Amino acid sequence: MYTVPKSRTPRDPQEKAGVVSAEGAPADSSSLEVVSKNRLPLKESFFGDAAFRSVIIACVLALVAVVGLIFFELISSSHLAASKFGLKFLIRSVWDPVAEDFGALPFIYGTLVSSLVALVIAVPLSLGTALFLTEICPRRIRPILSLLVELLAAIPSVIYGLWAIFVMAPFLRKYVEPVLGKYLGWTGLFTGPKYGYGMLAAGVILAIMILPIISSITREVITAVPRQQREAALALGATKWEMLRISVLRNARAGILGAIILGLGRAFGETMAVTMVIGNRAEISKSLFAPGYSLASSIANEFSEAVGAVYQSSLMECALILFAITLVVNALAGLLVWSITRGTPSRAIG
Amino acid sequence: MAKSTSQTIHWRRRLSNGVALGAITAAALVVTVPLFLILGTVVYRGLPALSWTFLTKSTLVGSGNIGDGMANAIVGSVEILALASIVGVPLGIGAGIFLAEYGRNKMGNVVRFTADVLNGVPSIVIGMTAWALVVVPQKHYSLLAGSVALGIMMVPTISRTTEEVLLLVPQSIREAAWGLGIPHWRTTLSVIVPTASSGIITSIMLAFARIAGETAPLMFTAFGNQFWNLRLNQPAAALPLQIFTYANSPYDEAHAQAWTGALVLITIIMATIILFRWIASRSTIKGAS
Repeated sequence: MYTVPKSRTPRDPQEKAGVVSAEGAPADSSSLEVVSKNRLPLKESFFGDAAFRSVIIACVLALVAVVGLIFFELISSSHLAASKFGLKFLIRSVWDPVAEDFGALPFIYGTLVSSLVALVIAVPLSLGTALFLTEICPRRIRPILSLLVELLAAIPSVIYGLWAIFVMAPFLRKYVEPVLGKYLGWTGLFTGPKYGYGMLAAGVILAIMILPIISSITREVITAVPRQQREAALALGATKWEMLRISVLRNARAGILGAIILGLGRAFGETMAVTMVIGNRAEISKSLFAPGYSLASSIANEFSEAVGAVYQSSLMECALILFAITLVVNALAGLLVWSITRGTPSRAIG
Repeated sequence: MAKSTSQTIHWRRRLSNGVALGAITAAALVVTVPLFLILGTVVYRGLPALSWTFLTKSTLVGSGNIGDGMANAIVGSVEILALASIVGVPLGIGAGIFLAEYGRNKMGNVVRFTADVLNGVPSIVIGMTAWALVVVPQKHYSLLAGSVALGIMMVPTISRTTEEVLLLVPQSIREAAWGLGIPHWRTTLSVIVPTASSGIITSIMLAFARIAGETAPLMFTAFGNQFWNLRLNQPAAALPLQIFTYANSPYDEAHAQAWTGALVLITIIMATIILFRWIASRSTIKGAS
């Protein structure tokens, strides 16, 4: 208690207003009075605190109001489409602006399938990265490697798209799709003309984009697994991999699932890169080589040109669906991650 | 089972251990490949067209179908980002202070949940909301609308990170200030926030890096503009939008300009990140980033 003021004083030179009388008062009696009654600071702090508090609460209310407004806007703007098409909007695959007949199934399908492709690619890679960074990596290269993964998250979506159009899609067309078609064509997932653009390209670029988020949250979850768990496994004679499997992955599985779902949420909402490579055709086809469309990319491509209230309202309903899906997915993921990390201090999630 | 006490590990266990650890290491290495590929391509294709003209001439002047430079887009981006920060930074810090200082209750949990929801809202949906809130009443696209959209996106990142760094400030510092009779609000503003300032700066830069490359929220708000525009109520060009437009154009010159624009954009973002990591490494509170 006596050391505290010493350590704090140099850090904070501006202790004028509230305490000047307490420190500056030479006479014992007056300073005693201040301390005992605590009147002066209290009186001043009442208004100060109230004003400060209300400014802070105004900020918070603005934040809550924004989210409320988003929700309200989406619902009110999509009302027209919702009342015209009803729930069939979700299961019909017509998208005809001329006849003003809309159904979002191809978009929902494209969003789900491209995101699932992304997960299939990204999950093993990001789990591996997270395990490597937390358990295997030599101390010296750990900061470098984690910086590299972090930088991957900092590349703007539009640059991913640019790279995907001019570098990745031609590569897929020339080298990857022929091989997939030859050996896995029998599954029906890899058939048809090879454009390079399409669901597969969208999935691959999404996978690269969600790698950092999955691996960084998985790292956090893995770090939260108690040391004793590892030591116990090693003491029983487990090899390193057995230790990771038995004590780390098993204990962190709910949180890892949360990280994966959070990545899925990111993939659902990703717009630019997907728009640039998915092919933008409102069709449902089994083959991943075929062009598709996603909820976000349909909005990006058509919203500024949408004439007519029904057309605009239908795109708004697409946004509402997207918002609802991401909300559910993120809430679920947050719950899972929290269930693992609640005991440990959390770190910033970018 | 009898053998498990012996010194040797069964070959199958040793093999699976080697294979698994090898796969983990390989995964970590594979992940870094796209980063180098993308950065390499951006530099390789973007550097040839990078010139003084590119940075000073607008997208309109020039021969043929595309302009000589992207100066108007760069300036537009700077203006949008500055305005977005004016909207987003105070709100974010305010909400962060609330969460850390007054937020240990039900209302705090509601706010925390709201911030997380906002963090998860796809950026294009935020763009549509800004369109409905700003563009529709104004009846035309505007720079201001784009700034509002991006400013909203900054808030959750800043508030949650600010909360975390404020909570890292030792309780004893708070108590010391209270012990001197300093009111709570002044303790917060003059003692707690300055102590955590490097962490808060980090959070601002993190949010800035996140929105600097955003394209989707600008499509229906700032919209893009071939001309110079500094006025708030007019459509404005932005670097990411211009890259998107040029990437979709059929002309090779446009593609070259898109790559150069990407190089400029990525340089700005990487510089921000490296700056914030440097600030964070000098942080007074370790682990505050």
